[in-house]
Amino acid sequence: MVTVYIDEKPYQVEADQSMLDACLSLGMDLPYFCWHPAMKSVGACRQCAVKQFRDENDKKGKIVMACMTPAAEGTRISIKDPEAGEFRARVIEWLMLNHPHDCPVCDEGGECHLQDMTVMTGHNYRRSRYKKRTYKNQYLGPFVNHEMNRCIQCYRCVRFYNDYAGGRDFGVFAAHDHVYFGRHEDGVLESEFSGNLVEVCPTGVFTDRVLKKHYTRKWDLQTAPSICVHCSLGCNIIAGERYGRLRRVINRYNSEVNGYFICDRGRYGFEFVNSDTRLREPFTIPRPGNKQIKILEEGEALPHLKTVLARAKGIIGIGSPRASLEANYLLHKLAGPENFYAGFSGMESSLVQEIISIISKGPVRVSSLREAAMADCVLVLGEDVPNTAPMLGLALRQSVMQKPMEKVINELKIPKWNDQAVREAIQEQRGPLFIAAPTGGRLDGIAASAIHAAPDDIARLGFQVARILSPHAPPVEGAITEDAAHFAERAAKELKEAKRPLIISGAGAGSLAVLQAAANIAWALWEENRETALFLVAPECNSIGLGLMGGRSLDNAVKAVKDGKADTVIILENDIFDRLDFPEAEALVRARHVLAMDHLPTHTTSRADTVLPVSAFAEGGGTLINSEGRAQRFFKVYVPSERIEESWRWLRDLLVDLGRPGSEALFSLDEVTAAMAREFPVLKKAAEAAPPADFRIEGMKVPRQPHRYSGRTANKADVNVHEPKPYEDTDSPLSFSMEGYEGRPPSPLIPRFWAPGWNSVQSLNKFQSEVGGPLKGGPPGIRLIEPVDAKKGEISFFKDLPGPFAPRKNDFFDFFIVPLFHIFGSERLSAMSPSIGELVPAPYIALNPMDAETKKLPEGAEARLEFAAASFRLPVKLDPSLPRGVAGFPIGLPGLHGVVLPAWGRIALPGAENKTYENRDAGA
Amino acid sequence: MGETLKYLLIIFGVLTVMMSIAAGLIWVERRLLGFWQDRYGPNRVGPMGVLQPLADVIKILAKEDWIPPFADKPVFILAPAIIVITVLLAFAIIPFTPGIAVANLNIGVLYFLAMSSLGVYSVALAGWSSANKYSLIGALRASAQMISYEVFMGLSLMGVVMLAGSFNLYEIVEAQRKLWFIVPQFLGFVVFLIAGVAETHRLPFDLPEAESELVAGFHSEYSGMKFGLFFVGEYLGITLISMLITTFFFGGWLGPFLPPVVWFFIKTFFFIGFFILLRAALPRPRYDQLIRLGWKLMLPLALLNIVATGGIILAAR
Amino acid sequence: MISILRALWTVFMHLFKRKVTVLYPEERPYIPPRWRGRIILSRDPDGGERCVACYLCAVACPVDCISLQATEDEYGRRYPEFFRINFSRCIFCGYCEEACPTYAIQLTNDFEMSEFNRQNLVYEKADLLISGTGKYPGYNFYKVAGLSIKGKDKGEGEEDLPPVDVKGLMP
Repeated sequence: MVTVYIDEKPYQVEADQSMLDACLSLGMDLPYFCWHPAMKSVGACRQCAVKQFRDENDKKGKIVMACMTPAAEGTRISIKDPEAGEFRARVIEWLMLNHPHDCPVCDEGGECHLQDMTVMTGHNYRRSRYKKRTYKNQYLGPFVNHEMNRCIQCYRCVRFYNDYAGGRDFGVFAAHDHVYFGRHEDGVLESEFSGNLVEVCPTGVFTDRVLKKHYTRKWDLQTAPSICVHCSLGCNIIAGERYGRLRRVINRYNSEVNGYFICDRGRYGFEFVNSDTRLREPFTIPRPGNKQIKILEEGEALPHLKTVLARAKGIIGIGSPRASLEANYLLHKLAGPENFYAGFSGMESSLVQEIISIISKGPVRVSSLREAAMADCVLVLGEDVPNTAPMLGLALRQSVMQKPMEKVINELKIPKWNDQAVREAIQEQRGPLFIAAPTGGRLDGIAASAIHAAPDDIARLGFQVARILSPHAPPVEGAITEDAAHFAERAAKELKEAKRPLIISGAGAGSLAVLQAAANIAWALWEENRETALFLVAPECNSIGLGLMGGRSLDNAVKAVKDGKADTVIILENDIFDRLDFPEAEALVRARHVLAMDHLPTHTTSRADTVLPVSAFAEGGGTLINSEGRAQRFFKVYVPSERIEESWRWLRDLLVDLGRPGSEALFSLDEVTAAMAREFPVLKKAAEAAPPADFRIEGMKVPRQPHRYSGRTANKADVNVHEPKPYEDTDSPLSFSMEGYEGRPPSPLIPRFWAPGWNSVQSLNKFQSEVGGPLKGGPPGIRLIEPVDAKKGEISFFKDLPGPFAPRKNDFFDFFIVPLFHIFGSERLSAMSPSIGELVPAPYIALNPMDAETKKLPEGAEARLEFAAASFRLPVKLDPSLPRGVAGFPIGLPGLHGVVLPAWGRIALPGAENKTYENRDAGA
Repeated sequence: MGETLKYLLIIFGVLTVMMSIAAGLIWVERRLLGFWQDRYGPNRVGPMGVLQPLADVIKILAKEDWIPPFADKPVFILAPAIIVITVLLAFAIIPFTPGIAVANLNIGVLYFLAMSSLGVYSVALAGWSSANKYSLIGALRASAQMISYEVFMGLSLMGVVMLAGSFNLYEIVEAQRKLWFIVPQFLGFVVFLIAGVAETHRLPFDLPEAESELVAGFHSEYSGMKFGLFFVGEYLGITLISMLITTFFFGGWLGPFLPPVVWFFIKTFFFIGFFILLRAALPRPRYDQLIRLGWKLMLPLALLNIVATGGIILAAR
Repeated sequence: MISILRALWTVFMHLFKRKVTVLYPEERPYIPPRWRGRIILSRDPDGGERCVACYLCAVACPVDCISLQATEDEYGRRYPEFFRINFSRCIFCGYCEEACPTYAIQLTNDFEMSEFNRQNLVYEKADLLISGTGKYPGYNFYKVAGLSIKGKDKGEGEEDLPPVDVKGLMP
């Protein structure tokens, strides 16, 4: 801590920061453009000018840039100084020389940092009589709209896109007052973080192209804190609604999870909620054979289900890793513990249980994403991080800067916040990142070493690293390739030297052995270094939560139905055709009664005899547990139309109708969560993820609508001029109104970032305890899983090593098919969004070129892919990074389901084969 | 038979005329108020707006007849009827012309005082049954006000009675053939006039229903035709008091050239107009001022009037 | 006492004074041009809708009686998909007109808009849009804005220089 003087008042501030950081952390208003809280200072825009004085006798002072002035002991500056104020106003004036007269038609208007700063500096009238510079715009893909005329040359976009997110297809062109920010030619931005340009750009150069189609101002969006459901990281988001449709998703800062950014899948994947194909009414298709859909009118659905369930000879419930904890819990209650099946395939189930067991029974702590970005040596084992957990990929891009940055800071004495200087000094140096995966990935470019092998070989490699690190770890018997041995040596050495090593693995490789190898490495490191951290990527947004609740896998459910132990199946928000081999799934939906609850039609809903429409994430509330083991609450953003209800509410009503004891006490979400916490002690703290529904600040709820929300008396006037009563929310301390507490709510309840004079996302500064630090009141969410303490030598390492992978030559099934992931496409819900749908690749089968040659399959040729239970016709894509004998199957792309991976399969020329099971959707 | 028919005709005639006057007064009052405030008043419905009362009646009948759930229902319904009935009953003794009157009572004055006293029940019960604090305050004020002013209203007429030597209204009018009682009984007239205003709780003595303090007082909770009855009752009251002033002090039907009934109505309408002028011109006093005026000024004046009149009569003998 | 009588006399004499009431439908009062009456949406001199659906009128409205949704034509010109004013709530304060950056929304001097059915006071775009420029002839927002629309590409606006040649090397 040092003492600085701002406008002659002493303040205690942290030393390692710029004066701009310090002023903003103290809650002062000082305009800025090029400085960004995540990317720090470059001193380009000259906007944060203040006057600095030598000492208390210095009355003259000199104008300096606050962002380039270190907060050193005794620093004296003045923000209020009239000369500095005048300077800032003139800087804005020349920044505005060429700024077009666009605000009314600009999507940034109303949340524009440039507008805010212009007002803050006091510049208000254009004196220049000259004409304005113009540019041609570029097409940048379905996510980001380009309007270059509005640019004020702050360079934030390139700094984020290239320096921070590692993009390579974006840059700054031309010179002097002609500089141009864009691509070298029109085209889709390659980086999966391109959407953040919308939030990073201080004005309207980069705006949300999806929002543009149904544009709504920030002040008109009804917003609520929510959690991204498109991967297991649980990034915090703010979802906004207008006129009954979800309009946009933006980042919600959580220092421990997603910080200032989210990936494009999270930002643009929400559109499935608005899909025309949404299930909106409960219906039934009476069995057998009858194809006539019968809509269940108001008040018919529950009695119908009551009779079905009352007559059932055995009910089984199938949970879902993408449904909330509360919904899964009530299904668990309805079906009973012995009849509740987690909606996992057998493989997924064992992977998730293994992840939970490693992080809850082992000594190594799961790192948060913030800690992951701070790691100085990372080993990724078998997980395609940029595609399965994109924000973890962004964290890794920061982690490789840590080691060189430390060197620069220590040796050259450059302060860390002086971003441009630090990066100039680092140049192309990168810290150690080791990647072992079945195929090449986008992070390979920044990795110190990347190796591609079959999952079993990756596991053996991992065991080898663990063995090098600790004599307690099991030795690796049998052959190991020279490359792998070299890789293991280097990785082990760097990990050992690192201060904050991080091991990453996950369910992506579909191999228990890979997870166990990762655990062994982490545990071996932990013996020497207690800072060691682990991150195991779970498959879906609530996989960990469902795993903690237990329940057997889907395979057992199929068995129960086949054995006649149950004839009625309740499937909660789950497409079992994605998780079971086709015939197995078919066997399950042939049960006498199948009740499917989902928000979009799936194969499962098309085979069910009763379907209940349930809310998507923005239409309901609940708790999700991410890969970190952090329980986070998401809230209803708006009340869904027609007869859509939250899953837990349907199930609660069913429980009440069936007269189950205690069910009538489950009136609100809080009561369900509390009942769940009583029944599952491990989920006890999940109830504390957010304040309860009766939480009030000064007697008021937190309003979902901003205080300037417009059109309240006209929105629905076309239907009826008499305004309806606002919907009352009994499940949360948020209200569907513009009335309520106007100040800063507790961090899990922040519905939007706004502060007087700060209409843009930059108002976040006012919500943080310090710039870049946690939100006031601590980061939202609560960690449920902490490591157990152990002593050196007491750790029981995994000892079951797989043998080396051997390509099969003579078997019928001659290829080991591993799942490949695509950020856009592998996740089903986001792929339903039109914007993301544009970027979903066409289905293919990836082969090593040498394998393709032996099979006589050139690039693009159609191949026949056969599994024991399904077959597909797919064009061949050559991927030299794939190991021999392994083929990649892009799971989740249109038509590519009905098979559980990894599995052995056969690849052949089409037509020459004896028929096996034809997948009815192959190539659809 | 002929006698009965004659009386029935008179009764219906009087009822019809009275109800028409009461209804018409709504228009008259609004027009006059308008003129005195430099406006036109209602002039849209029919020629000069004379059909305004009809429009009002249609509106008031078409309104929802709503009884608050917290009200004492039977009393709530009864209250508005009482005021109309008592006032209409009082009309029985008015001698319109020598031949036309419902009843030629020899205790006419006492009968009138009795009927006007009964009227207070209406207001008191309305305020009570509404179960509303403002209504109740209004009712209490009305009761106190009417009881106070009742006293010297009766006393103020005693001078007239002494001069005429009868309680019969015919005889009182006949006694004025030479000289209207306004001259010898000026003091009595003033006291009766003020008491009459208070008795009908018209402005400036409308404290029971002071809208600015009591949100319409005893009839806050009334709507539709029940409210309409209070309204009609009030206008009937004005008419009654005007007719009595005419009868007691201005020689009733007596007058030259014109038929007696015309004289009677000319005089009556003069006082009705005066009542409306009072409303247009005078502000409402405070409640305590009203009561103080009654007991400390009006009562002594009325008593003085009786003593003086009695003394003069005795001396004249 | 005297004052009461004088008051009565004064009020009585008003019977013969000139009436201040204007007998409205027969006698039309003078309505100044800046009267705040029925709200309309105007068009620019080229006949295009002036409203660019910026939502400023809606947010300025103190009774929140304006509701609209922005959309774009194929060339990127913004216009309201729907525009609704609930005149049963409107207080004719004129803030919307003040907020409008394009002179699109204007208050006219028509005030005769009573309805028997409140629902009929909800005006949609078709009811609001007139075919002229209203009070402000001449102004055409897109001519001075930086956005390109049909018939006006980048750099063709009144305030614009021709677009920058990004690949040019001249200093």
